[in-house]
Amino acid sequence: MKPSFDKPLTERMHPDGSTVDVQAYELAGGYQAIRKVLRTGMTPMAVTEEVKSANLRGRGGAGFQTGLKWSFVPRGKDVPNPTYLVVNGDEMEPGTFKDRLLMERDPHQLIEGAMVAGFAIEADIAYIFLRGEYTLAAERLARAIEEAYEHGYLGKNILGSGYSLELYLHLSGGRYICGDETGLLNALEGKRANPRSKPPFPPSVGLFGKPTVVNNVETICCVPHIINRGGEWFRGLGRTKDGGTKLFGVSGKVKRPGLWELPMGTTVREILEERAGGMRDGLKLRGLLPGGASTDFIVEEHLDLPMDFTSLAKAGSRMGTGTMIVLDDHTCPVGMTWNLTHFFSRESCGFCTPCWSGLGWADRILKAMEEGRGKPGDLDKLAFQTKMWTPGHTFCALAPGAAEPVQSALKHFRDDFERHIIEHRCPWS
Amino acid sequence: MAIVYVDNKPYQMNPDENLLHGCLSQGFKLPYFCWHPALGSVGACRQCAIKQFKDEHDTQGKIVMSCMTPAAEGTRISIVDPEVVAFRAGIIEGLMLNHPHDCPVCDEGGECHLQDMTVMTGHDYRRYEFDKRTFRNQDLGPLVNHEMNRCIQCYRCVRYYRDYAGGSDLNAFALRNQVFFGRHEDGVLENEFSGNLVEICPTGVFTDKTLKHHYARKWDQQFAPSVCVHCALGCNTDAGERDGTLRRIVNRYNHEVNGYFLCDRGRFGYEFVNNQRRSRQPLLKGQPTSVASARHYLEEKIAQGSVIGIGSPRASLEANFSLRTLVGRDHFYSGMADHEVKLVRLMIEILERGPMRTPTLREIEESDAVFILGEDLTNVAPRMALSVRQSVRRQPMEAVKKLKIPLWLDFGVRDAMQDAKGPLYIATPHGTRLDDVATATFHAAPDDLARLGFAVAHALDSSAPPVPEADDWPLANEIARALKGAKKPLVICGACCGSEAVIQAAANVAMAAHAALSFTAPECNSVGAALMGGNPLSAAFQAARDGNADTVIILENDLYHRAPQAEVDSVLKAVPHVIVLDHLPNPTTEKAELLLPAGTFAESDGTFISSEGRAQRFFQVCTPENEILASWRWLKPDHWQNLDDVLRAMAEALPQLEAIRDAAPSSKFRIAGAKIPRSPHRESGRTAALVHINISEPKTPEDPDSALSFSMEGTPDQPPAALIPFFWSPSWNSIQAVNTYQKEVGGPLRGGDAGVRLFEPSPKNGQAYFSAIPAAFQPRESEWLLVPMYHIFGSDELSLQAPAIRELAVMPHVAINSVEFAEGMEVEVTLANGTFRFPVRIHREMPAGVAAVSVGFSPLVAVQVLSWGKIARAK
Amino acid sequence: MLTAEEIQEIETEVGHYPKREAACIDALKIVQRHRGWISDESVREIAEHLGMSATDVDSIATFYNLIFRKPVGRHVVMVCDSVSCWIMGYDRVREQLRERLGIEYGQTTPDNRFTTLPIVCLGCCDHAPAMMVDGELHSDLNPQKLDLALDKYK
Repeated sequence: MKPSFDKPLTERMHPDGSTVDVQAYELAGGYQAIRKVLRTGMTPMAVTEEVKSANLRGRGGAGFQTGLKWSFVPRGKDVPNPTYLVVNGDEMEPGTFKDRLLMERDPHQLIEGAMVAGFAIEADIAYIFLRGEYTLAAERLARAIEEAYEHGYLGKNILGSGYSLELYLHLSGGRYICGDETGLLNALEGKRANPRSKPPFPPSVGLFGKPTVVNNVETICCVPHIINRGGEWFRGLGRTKDGGTKLFGVSGKVKRPGLWELPMGTTVREILEERAGGMRDGLKLRGLLPGGASTDFIVEEHLDLPMDFTSLAKAGSRMGTGTMIVLDDHTCPVGMTWNLTHFFSRESCGFCTPCWSGLGWADRILKAMEEGRGKPGDLDKLAFQTKMWTPGHTFCALAPGAAEPVQSALKHFRDDFERHIIEHRCPWS
Repeated sequence: MAIVYVDNKPYQMNPDENLLHGCLSQGFKLPYFCWHPALGSVGACRQCAIKQFKDEHDTQGKIVMSCMTPAAEGTRISIVDPEVVAFRAGIIEGLMLNHPHDCPVCDEGGECHLQDMTVMTGHDYRRYEFDKRTFRNQDLGPLVNHEMNRCIQCYRCVRYYRDYAGGSDLNAFALRNQVFFGRHEDGVLENEFSGNLVEICPTGVFTDKTLKHHYARKWDQQFAPSVCVHCALGCNTDAGERDGTLRRIVNRYNHEVNGYFLCDRGRFGYEFVNNQRRSRQPLLKGQPTSVASARHYLEEKIAQGSVIGIGSPRASLEANFSLRTLVGRDHFYSGMADHEVKLVRLMIEILERGPMRTPTLREIEESDAVFILGEDLTNVAPRMALSVRQSVRRQPMEAVKKLKIPLWLDFGVRDAMQDAKGPLYIATPHGTRLDDVATATFHAAPDDLARLGFAVAHALDSSAPPVPEADDWPLANEIARALKGAKKPLVICGACCGSEAVIQAAANVAMAAHAALSFTAPECNSVGAALMGGNPLSAAFQAARDGNADTVIILENDLYHRAPQAEVDSVLKAVPHVIVLDHLPNPTTEKAELLLPAGTFAESDGTFISSEGRAQRFFQVCTPENEILASWRWLKPDHWQNLDDVLRAMAEALPQLEAIRDAAPSSKFRIAGAKIPRSPHRESGRTAALVHINISEPKTPEDPDSALSFSMEGTPDQPPAALIPFFWSPSWNSIQAVNTYQKEVGGPLRGGDAGVRLFEPSPKNGQAYFSAIPAAFQPRESEWLLVPMYHIFGSDELSLQAPAIRELAVMPHVAINSVEFAEGMEVEVTLANGTFRFPVRIHREMPAGVAAVSVGFSPLVAVQVLSWGKIARAK
Repeated sequence: MLTAEEIQEIETEVGHYPKREAACIDALKIVQRHRGWISDESVREIAEHLGMSATDVDSIATFYNLIFRKPVGRHVVMVCDSVSCWIMGYDRVREQLRERLGIEYGQTTPDNRFTTLPIVCLGCCDHAPAMMVDGELHSDLNPQKLDLALDKYK
């Protein structure tokens, strides 16, 4: 069945779940973007401009303009060598399962994207930073990288163009904080993954102190298509002003949990009801986290908002990674909040006080509450902690991310929290 | 200066600094933990939050960390905004969640930055009601105690230990609220500056383990400003005492000298003062005698004539001068061996003549190209090694400036700098602990080190004499280029190799490079003793052996450290009456007919001249109940009443030392008519201390020699730098009160730093190049060139009598690069005057034909400089 | 002593970076693959090989959850305890695991067959609950499927 809209990111994928190898990728029009770049004499600036015109915004969750990020990399002869491209494949945001698909099913798309992005920022070396638990992706990426080297797509003098790029796959030792742009750089340098001070920003001082761009897997996968078909076309794929398609996912007790490539700006309702088939029979929607664990809960009244980088702000939330987690009426919102807080607390790198201390405290308060030992005043303590985790109050975005589900749960499900305290038990257990 | 509005009032702040620095410099009580003036900002603790406003119309503002925000012109901030006050309260509450609240049993109690900040923030009620996390502590050796449960995860310890001091055996483990700061396994902290953790740690995780053995609260100790006696750098210290026991040494900030840090020998060597073997009363022929009869005996011997005096490079100028006055200048002999005097005199002459300037330790830190010739700094002048370690950051820092990263933003600077290091060249006989940051090292015999120096000088200035058979020496050219390309080049040399040629070569390099020149000296007052002069020690020995001395008075000097045993034995045997003043029994005191118990730095006032040429005064802190007296008090003529009189007489007799009177204010100095209290203010007062014995308040001892009182009564104002007994100011009970004593945080002390510099030659002065270039070293067939090897823990006579330092002392050994011997093998080293047994350590970096032997302690006490000797496998 | 094979693998990773110590995490993972876990001795060996201090290597090893600083059983069962799996019935899977093996997280069965650990979201949220055994993903778990899955690992 032909889709009614373009699905550039997933159109080549085999329905049986196997991987697209180099031949299949080439047959399906792969490695044409890099050919176009190298053979038509596109300059790095021209590639960057094309991506800018596509309005490609970072798919890792923050939504930073990709072309703009690339343009921050210093260029020219005096630039410190080498320049690095790092592909962030450390997908660890709870409820998020989009990059795994891209890496397992069409690894060459990512490799070609990295080549084009690498060309645009004049990178010499690229790393794919992959979370350690993604063993199948690791196997398939490693094989694909090998194939790409064999076919002359990587290494010295790619396709006779004079452009060279080495691409290495790094498997992480674990920890959510590696997904933070600068935590990742430290991890890749073999250090503890504490995030770094900004400034300096990675495009000027990045990996091993050299100019570096870190892009999410899905972001990079968009790049070949932008080159092949133009920024204009890509931007037109979105239903709202943010360009392109986006992988949207739904998990939780819906009829058909899954992942779909849809136009940017598709509404929450469409994804939830048309794609995921709505709630399982007998269950009602209480709320959902639109884009992973570190986004604010939205509720029924917000379902018609489009999923893009700006619209969800109206509901006090964000699109995040675009993979929503659905809370039904048979699941305890306090338990869910505890689960999320416990996760963030466990993954705190231990650097700044509001995070390592406050998250640990909130974790214990929520645990006590869920186990029927909550006390009056606990909600004030939690609310106070979420204020301590405001962006800028903490060193990085981990604790602010943790604040989002807690503060929104306190707003939308306050009665449920109070019942836990009053009844000295979890009403759902 | 930039104008920054704090709660709508304008203040001047340094725009190259952050707002925390600016606010503290303006006297605001803004709490902080992870920031330290010497370590910069990292934004970990979030305690120093303030509110920043876009402009005067912005009423919302946003919370930012003052340590992470530049003090830019026109910045508007609030410290008292209710939202940010609540945020700071939230932070201290978070920091205190797991803290054990064990202040009553914690050594830090009463001088704890965490206590101070908790009070400052107003956190007084505990809302956390769950279990606290606990850790297992580690045994970190005899110096530093570890109590991890108190940790607030500010990361200062590892930032200091690793990033600043270059240690690699302390780090952070695990994550979240479980971060453990320690070692891979229990064991002695390897870094020679580990003791600073005690002051860097804002709470009681790292505390002074030596203090633990005789603990007293800060408010129960009395302190006096002191100067370290364990090397020649003259680090400023405060010595803390209670009940006649010296309790500890803490850092006394001197912007130009030690800054915030001491070495472990300096911090923990003090326990020799409390050593049970101390001489505490006069001994005549081994029998205790009264002070009166001891004095009588002394006077009698003086009256009988033919008395000679031997001074000491570890005794004060006042003590040396009193002896000189007592015996007369013609009978006063230097306490240093002739070859030592020669080297120290040479260094002084070079520095007096100029034009090269001798830098302060702070200036060393700011040097951007350093050439160390012959010196194993970590082992002879440890604090200087710490400064040199900072200097390698200077050149890379210029690249960081270009990236517009503020220099106080520590992690940003380090991320940008990576492993880049500025030029540091180290040329020594054997490897040193600074080699890890060196651009290149060169290990050779002293003559070859000198040749390298001469070659560098020639490469810099062709009018400097060329080195025969070393026309185009790539390393010399490289060093010359590095020094030439630097804004603040520095050459470091000293007496380590015992070679005049090495010192002369260093002088040539400094001259040719227009570089600063720093010399290390062997002992705390070597420079002072050399400036005072005196006849050569060999002449004293000759006079004794010739029967020209009936009596010898030996001042704080174990002669067996100056000359071989047989020689000293014969000398002391030849003199009928041997009078010795010293602190601890040693082979020389054993030969004394009359032994006078001499006060250490803790029981005396006096002046030392450091290797920088800085005269600095130390003051008595202990008032011994026994017969211990400052040496100068034993020896001085009756008409000198107090220290001022000694100094006056010395200035008259020795005009070259006149300036030392300005090393500290005189005994007449008062602030608003009041003396400066040695004891911190305390609620309970002195009476409470002895209440179990007597409820009447004892009279405080008089101090005729200084402006300090043995009391907590006195001026509440901050004294001048030379007279600061301890750092304290309202709300700041910890040593971090030093912030309030500085003109600008991290800068000079108000009223100027302590000490007076004696060597300030005109930069226009000229000096001819030295031209006595030694021939290249030729290894011998059956002999080794023996060079002295010093150890931070071991080679210093006094600190070796402190139990903690003794525990760390290295096993004396011979370092060698030879296939003949194996690691650990016992060998016999035969020198001109004896055979000594040592284990071997193989040093692959060492040149052929050269062996380095541990000196300064048993078995090779006296330095047998640069002699040839045989080494054979022990039978 | 690191084996020749371990050294060769580590050196390949070292070749990907401008400095040796950057390969520290890779080296830890390589040695763990060969030895099951990272002992104090392994820490010291890796440190020596990469020119680092044992303390520095340990500092890194204790940060990362996929590095095991305690011995583990023949099979490591990592159960996703993140939010989607929790919603979809993690508690029952966890309970079944606890009952069947008689151990808590971080412990190893007396027969040394299994060690269990909680793990962050495995990116399998549309087929939750999920777990990973020795790198192999198991999804759509329930107590019965858990039992079947574990039977495979001897």
